[in-house]
Amino acid sequence: MKILVPVKRVIDANIRVRVKADNTGVETANVKMAMNPFCEIAVEEALRLKEAGNAEEVIVVCAGAEKSAETIRTGLAMGADRGVHVATDDRLEPLVIAKIIKAVAEKEGTDLIVLGKQSIDDDNNQTGQMLAAIMGRPLGSYISKIESSNGGFAITREIDAGLESLKITSPAVVTADLRLNEPRYASLPNIMKAKKKPIDVMSPADLGVEVNNRLNILRVDEPPAREAGIMVSSASELVDKLKNEAKVI
Amino acid sequence: MSVLVIAEHDSSQLSPGTLNTVTAASKIGGDVDVLIAGSGCGEIAAQCAKIAGVGRVLHADSATYANEITENTAALVKSQVENYSHVMAPASTFGKALIPYAAALCDVQAISDISEVVSEDTFVRPIYAGNALQTVQSTDQIKMLTVRTTAFELADAESGSAELVTIDDAGATDWVEFVEQNLSQSERPELTSAKVVVSGGRGMQNGENFAMLEKLADQLGGAVGASRAAVDAGFVPNDYQVGQTGKVVAPDMYLAVGISGAIQHLAGMKDSKVIVAINNDEEAPIFQVSDYGWNEDLFVAVPALQAELENN
Repeated sequence: MKILVPVKRVIDANIRVRVKADNTGVETANVKMAMNPFCEIAVEEALRLKEAGNAEEVIVVCAGAEKSAETIRTGLAMGADRGVHVATDDRLEPLVIAKIIKAVAEKEGTDLIVLGKQSIDDDNNQTGQMLAAIMGRPLGSYISKIESSNGGFAITREIDAGLESLKITSPAVVTADLRLNEPRYASLPNIMKAKKKPIDVMSPADLGVEVNNRLNILRVDEPPAREAGIMVSSASELVDKLKNEAKVI
Repeated sequence: MSVLVIAEHDSSQLSPGTLNTVTAASKIGGDVDVLIAGSGCGEIAAQCAKIAGVGRVLHADSATYANEITENTAALVKSQVENYSHVMAPASTFGKALIPYAAALCDVQAISDISEVVSEDTFVRPIYAGNALQTVQSTDQIKMLTVRTTAFELADAESGSAELVTIDDAGATDWVEFVEQNLSQSERPELTSAKVVVSGGRGMQNGENFAMLEKLADQLGGAVGASRAAVDAGFVPNDYQVGQTGKVVAPDMYLAVGISGAIQHLAGMKDSKVIVAINNDEEAPIFQVSDYGWNEDLFVAVPALQAELENN
């Protein structure tokens, strides 16, 4: 089995983002970047499937500007075998990214595609669903468990009301939720080894994909700030405030 | 302009999020129809027909829709889409899986989690865990959207009189086999629509201590939620999680107990009307967004609060 893991480069989750003064986006100059946390979980799961003898190869793919190669290296340092970098400076919407990943998956002949359920920058939560739809393959969204089963996969999904178990056929597309696993840290020897692993570079046009975005980002604003209120020091004071001031009880 | 709202239900009840979504749909201007897919859910379809402002209810009743299999519902949406300018669903796990899938089938770039309708093609949505608001304009012929339900009022669920129309099954996938659901059983209000939410974090120390919060929630007629840390630690199930990647809530009162207030958690609750925080760390970031903060050990504060509420 060959597993493809699409990953995204995002502003590090611990950085507080700032909206640009001209309201065109958020400040990304000189800001620490990292692999999207949900993508790390996806890489980890692919590696675990390989280590359990269910897969022969794990390929990490990233679409984006030159520095996306660093994010691919992160995946290779975790243990993925090789990378594919679809290089472009264009802004990429989820539907375009899904088309790029589809082209890579068909070229590679992958049996399973594991993605993070959402990226923590645009918070779209779309790419995996779109990929399954355009590939005509089953979708396992928000999974917290996956096992090979009778030539397909047995999955558990995290849904609003609890958990749901499904069986899906292979090839399949699944999206990782938080509790699928805890991703490993890359060891120094593995970081060194990753530098020698191959990364194929190609453009969207090489894959026959046109970057035709559908959305115009008109502006980006700071949300209204919430002011800190007052401190209380006893239960009676709190209940009094909630009753007589806030009037919520 | 004509908007199709996809109803969410669990075969016994219509989700309140559907009512918020109808309100968002009404802001587009034009007709609003509701599509409901299920098996033996005629009563819920009749309920949909009573939502104020809805013109028609498209009802597909088939074993195909007995469980919410994204592939099947998406195919049904696609079979109806040519009559509509917009398709909307609540941004629940149901809608978040369905809308992008259906949009891709129609070659449309979906827009997730809208918190405001600016015009028929322009919407506001939170990005970066709500630390920025993006105003985005769609150039697609059909707009397919999920709706941040807490940003819109509930539509009146009693005064409507929509026409009920039966529509055909659009076919079932043989890729996906439903096995089972393990749903949390609770007598308390549903988390995303509760008027009061009492949430616990890592400070709760273990799952047993959540009994304290359950008692407090019952005294206040509220639901119980949790931070990611508490869910990751196994104190409570996944469906309790409030935050950027969990549930978004905006109750009249949100009571955060032993929650430090990471931005990812704030993303899921900072639109609450009144925020109360109890934390033994006076530097906890949760105090910066709280209307009322109490810097106290939660194991002292919660029992004292329970006693005070009982005496009142």
